[in-house]
Amino acid sequence: MLSAASEMSTPTGTPAGGPSGASGDVDEAIRAVPVRHPGRMVAGAVLVLLLVWLAITVAGNEEFDFGVIPDYLFDPVILDGVRLTLVLTVVSMAFGLVIGVVAAIGRLSDNPVLRWTAGAYIWLFRGTPVLVQLVFWFNIGIVFPTLGLTIPFTDVSLFSVESNSVVTPLNAAILGLGLNSGAYIAEIVRAGITSVGRGQVEAASALGLEPRRTMRRIVLPQAIPVAVPPLGNEFVSMLKYSALASVIAVQELLGSVETIYSVNLRTLELLVVASIWYLALTTLFSFLQSLLERRLGRGRSGIATVRARRGRAPRRVRKAVR
Amino acid sequence: MSTPTAPVPAVSARAIRKSYGNNEVLCGIDLEVDAGQVQVIVGPSGSGKSTFLRCINHLERIDSGRLYVEGDLVGYREHRGRLHELRPQEVARQRARTGMVFQHFNLFAHMTVTQNIVEAPRHLRGLTKRDAVELAHGLLQQVGLGDKANAYPAELSGGQQQRVAIARALAMEPRLMLFDEPTSALDPELVGDVLDVMRGLAEGGMTMVVVTHEMAFARDVGDALVVMADGQVIEQGPPRDVLANPATERAAKFLARVH
Ligand SMILES: Nc1ncnc2c1ncn2[C@@H]1O[C@H](COP(=O)(O)OP(=O)(O)OP(=O)(O)O)[C@@H](O)[C@H]1O
Ligand SMILES: [Mg+2]
Repeated sequence: MLSAASEMSTPTGTPAGGPSGASGDVDEAIRAVPVRHPGRMVAGAVLVLLLVWLAITVAGNEEFDFGVIPDYLFDPVILDGVRLTLVLTVVSMAFGLVIGVVAAIGRLSDNPVLRWTAGAYIWLFRGTPVLVQLVFWFNIGIVFPTLGLTIPFTDVSLFSVESNSVVTPLNAAILGLGLNSGAYIAEIVRAGITSVGRGQVEAASALGLEPRRTMRRIVLPQAIPVAVPPLGNEFVSMLKYSALASVIAVQELLGSVETIYSVNLRTLELLVVASIWYLALTTLFSFLQSLLERRLGRGRSGIATVRARRGRAPRRVRKAVR
Repeated sequence: MSTPTAPVPAVSARAIRKSYGNNEVLCGIDLEVDAGQVQVIVGPSGSGKSTFLRCINHLERIDSGRLYVEGDLVGYREHRGRLHELRPQEVARQRARTGMVFQHFNLFAHMTVTQNIVEAPRHLRGLTKRDAVELAHGLLQQVGLGDKANAYPAELSGGQQQRVAIARALAMEPRLMLFDEPTSALDPELVGDVLDVMRGLAEGGMTMVVVTHEMAFARDVGDALVVMADGQVIEQGPPRDVLANPATERAAKFLARVH
């Protein structure tokens, strides 16, 4: 015992006070044996086997012709569909953004008329299926053969047009998708606005800035970085929901694929073609979104990243809602 | 309007009452702050100090009484014996004449120090960008932060942020400055820098209403000390007198505790 104690107290170059008997030098980089995860290896192996089996089954199936996929990937009809899908998504999203920001500000307004109008809009368009809304707008021409401006409660018409010339399938789709996503965007923007501290508004008011300017210069610029991740999510959703427009005869990606497989009956192969394009577009967009988020986060050291992290909460909520 | 011979008090509060629901927070406050005076308000937590201060620039509205800043009714216009609410733009214009400094600084987090300072004067005082930036740099020099013009608030210490907040308020050339516990959120070693800036302002003749727990500041800089408790003014007078011989037992007890 005594000899062991004296051995412990001899200076060995390691800092005193630590338990002795530890191997190696304290200053050396740690080279420990990692914890083994045999379960992961087994699961991985099983997964690979399953994938191989799936590939063999599909490849061996005479009915499924892989060769068709590259033939149609860059078919002019498909490319037109891709272009229309992009146009439909971008225009509907822009429309939805404008409506959404206005509705969000309306929801938070002191003005009860604005608050109730915005609330009713969100309630109606979030509470009904987007497919129903699309078909509704598409068929509006049946109920209202002409659209125009008349003085209310009179027959005096200021101008009018044929419904069918205005409510084209594409316009009906933009209207439907835009109004629908506007309701979701309103909630995203509202969450962003309320995430900006009350102190920011009070400081602006105390300086003498009017409510409007406070919103535009102080609140919205801080709400936007919070709203960008869920808005990106909304854009990706919109890319996919735009496929619903094929139901009202819009020749977007899914619609153009349908016209081809209704003739050659290569349904699954062409759906794979469409899926490849959808995946390519969503991947590309996710990349652009991450660039944008990084840009918004720059120069604000800490705040923006904290805000961005806080911004995830509404995203999860929103997913659950849909 | 008043005659030019009788100087108009900077702040005049008469029988101010204010409740949140059933909770009466201000129970008839009478106070007067003369131009150029530094009035320090102290009192236990929840006594209504912040609420009163926020009423002065209409961040809170009062339920009854009359509140004047430089002779103008705050938040209302009196016309044929009736009060009419001011429009939001008119309220904003009134507030622009009063500077306010908050316990938690409330700097605009997405703007640099300079942008924080120039935002209001560029818009409300119609300054050109160059003049506004020049003004900002002068004010930053004054609060000892000449080298932080391009920093973001998150890159500054609490004491530095508070000094920027003071510079931001001063950029509107206010005639009255309100301070709500400007040093309470600061580490002890940073308090001095902020108090020094406030002392400099007081020496320059600024009218100030300061809610604080810094009794040394109250004694050395204050022209009047007001003790509030339960929504009432229980004691007021020259700081040294109030601190040496408080008239009421409540005030004596409170002052003994914070001393
Ligand atoms: N927005 C509000 N809604 C409801 N009650 C409030 C509100 N603001 C303040 N109060 C109440 O009013 C009372 C006075 O609050 P106030 O903030 O004015 O006190 P204070 O003297 O500044 O206290 P402290 O020293 O803690 O800052 C407290 O009881 C508080 O709970
Ligand atoms: Mg307070």
